[in-house]
Amino acid sequence: MLTIKDLHASVEDKAILKGLNLEIKAGEVHAIMGPNGSGKSTLASVIAGKEDYEVTQGEITLEGEDISELAPEERAHKGVFLSFQYPVEIPGVTVTNFIKTAINETRKAKGMDEMPANEMLKLIREKSEMLEIDRKFLSRSLNEGFSGGEKKRNEIFQMAMLEPKLAILDETDSGLDIDALRIVANGVNKLKSNDNAVVVITHYQRLLDYIVPDYVHVLMDGKIVKSGTKELAFELEEKGYDWIKEELV
Amino acid sequence: MALKEKLISSFMAFEERVNADEELHEIRTSAIKIFEGKGFPTKKDEAWKYTSLNSLLKHNFSVFPKSEVSIGIADVKRFFIDETDTYKVVFVNGVFNSFLSSTTHDGIDVCLLSSAISKPKYREIVDKYFNKIAVKDETLTSLNTAFASEGAFINIPKNKVADKPIEIVYFSTKNEDNLWLNPRNLIVVGENAQVQIVERHQSLGSDLVLTNSVTEIFVEKNAVLDYYKIQNDELEANLIDNTYISQQQGSNASVHTFSFGGNLTRNNLNFYHFGEHIESTLKGVTIIEDKQHVDHYTLVHHAQPNCESHQDYKGIFGGNATGVFNGKIYVDKIAQKTNAFQQNNNILMSEKATINAKPQLEIFADDVKCSHGCTIGQLDESALFYMRQRGIPQKEARALLMYAFTNDVISSIKISSLQQRIMKLIAKKLGVDLGFNL
Repeated sequence: MLTIKDLHASVEDKAILKGLNLEIKAGEVHAIMGPNGSGKSTLASVIAGKEDYEVTQGEITLEGEDISELAPEERAHKGVFLSFQYPVEIPGVTVTNFIKTAINETRKAKGMDEMPANEMLKLIREKSEMLEIDRKFLSRSLNEGFSGGEKKRNEIFQMAMLEPKLAILDETDSGLDIDALRIVANGVNKLKSNDNAVVVITHYQRLLDYIVPDYVHVLMDGKIVKSGTKELAFELEEKGYDWIKEELV
Repeated sequence: MALKEKLISSFMAFEERVNADEELHEIRTSAIKIFEGKGFPTKKDEAWKYTSLNSLLKHNFSVFPKSEVSIGIADVKRFFIDETDTYKVVFVNGVFNSFLSSTTHDGIDVCLLSSAISKPKYREIVDKYFNKIAVKDETLTSLNTAFASEGAFINIPKNKVADKPIEIVYFSTKNEDNLWLNPRNLIVVGENAQVQIVERHQSLGSDLVLTNSVTEIFVEKNAVLDYYKIQNDELEANLIDNTYISQQQGSNASVHTFSFGGNLTRNNLNFYHFGEHIESTLKGVTIIEDKQHVDHYTLVHHAQPNCESHQDYKGIFGGNATGVFNGKIYVDKIAQKTNAFQQNNNILMSEKATINAKPQLEIFADDVKCSHGCTIGQLDESALFYMRQRGIPQKEARALLMYAFTNDVISSIKISSLQQRIMKLIAKKLGVDLGFNL
């Protein structure tokens, strides 16, 4: 599904990713953990195509196709979804209209007709119920005045609507209470299939109790320095990152 | 001959052409004298600091159209908000066009100022209202008054509600000389009466034209007026719009101004309060590029207690475009419990675009709520990335953000066909096809 080879990326000439390798197959869930400032969110942004970051070396391929030169919307059309750590507030655009536009622009890019209105409504109803989202919430301005939990739930709602091949969840657990965490994780698990893959970026092992990873990677100073199974996450929770640093020395 | 002298000598010729009504003759003569004394405003005038008429006034203009033109409905129907479901007062090069118009005297009067002036039936209204709220020592208003002979006359008598919106449309066409038009509208909304009006100035060619328009509106006790100005003219067209609104107790008046086109546009929009519990709303959306210039110069004069005014102007400026917002709120000493709000938000799309924003609050009462807010910024890059990440292409994402930015103003349009029209104009302006309502 996603192959990252020797990826180097920098922002304003400051190198952040320094030779990162990652291989993700369809049907897998990968967790990326690491201390603050190790490059976790940068990795998410670079895969999604944020233009502030410059890829100076290496390649990112999605289903065999190099996507590193594509615009963010083109990557989205190919099935890349990023659940933002800090979803942006867009006053004046309702949740419903935003997701309608996103779906129809994606269909347009694929040469498909717009989704019929009744089909769209049905889909919105189905997915919002799955994430226990109040109907009133859908006619509010996107993310404006939303609580942290509402913002994250709304991200997963959009993910459910767009059905991406590769979903990257950047600190989706931050700002969530335990009930919201369960609802969000439940949503992600329902969307998981043998045809898609999920990357979970998190500080804490907590989320991984609900979204169980096949692999756990430790990102430090722009590189993946250790990979393992879900047990690695427990170890990190218990011992922190210093022992890995020592191991590396 | 310089333009000023030419206009003054044209006045003599003009006076011979129109019916020499003694009182009007006096009004016109004293008006031309004011213009003669003051001349055109220059950048030295505080009110014209950011808008220069200099290069425009170097051209030769004539107040007398020379060509007779025939226009068919097919040529112009796209400029009406509705082909059948509105009253229309239509002018071509300043001359009334009965073929394109749809006037009425059934319960309400929607007709011509010239016919109202000449008919004894309307004498009382004309005497009571004509040139009563327009500021007499303002030089361009005086120039209009001197040549005032034609325009829309709308009279909504007491307790009447106009059954459909009224469109006032001024077309201009190719003419031997560059046209200087002086349209003059008189609108009276009687006690408890209600009306919705849409005004548009539209050039049908690419010739230089300058319209110096004056509209006087009287909103009587408890009356409701909703007024919309569509300024989406050709790039050689220039407009100086002087609108004066007098409001009586308990009345509610709103003016929405949509400025998308034209070369130079100056809106002098003035509200005067003559009673308590009045509500005034001034809203605008400006989207311009190239070398276009739009100047909103607003005044709300709170002269009585317990009144409210709301101003909300949004501007998006690209290319080398320049915008001006000068919002003056004047609160007299006796106007206690005034609520006056002013909001002006601007987005600069290019490094060469300019906005000059100047809130001007002069408050002499001590128990009032007055606020103003002004922002100048660029489109939010993080919002653009967010939208693109969800598959919305850059152009559409930008358009969506701009739509959202103007939404507060667009959503308060009360005529749905007009609202649709404005949304389409904005979409066209932004080069996108987004099929939804925000």
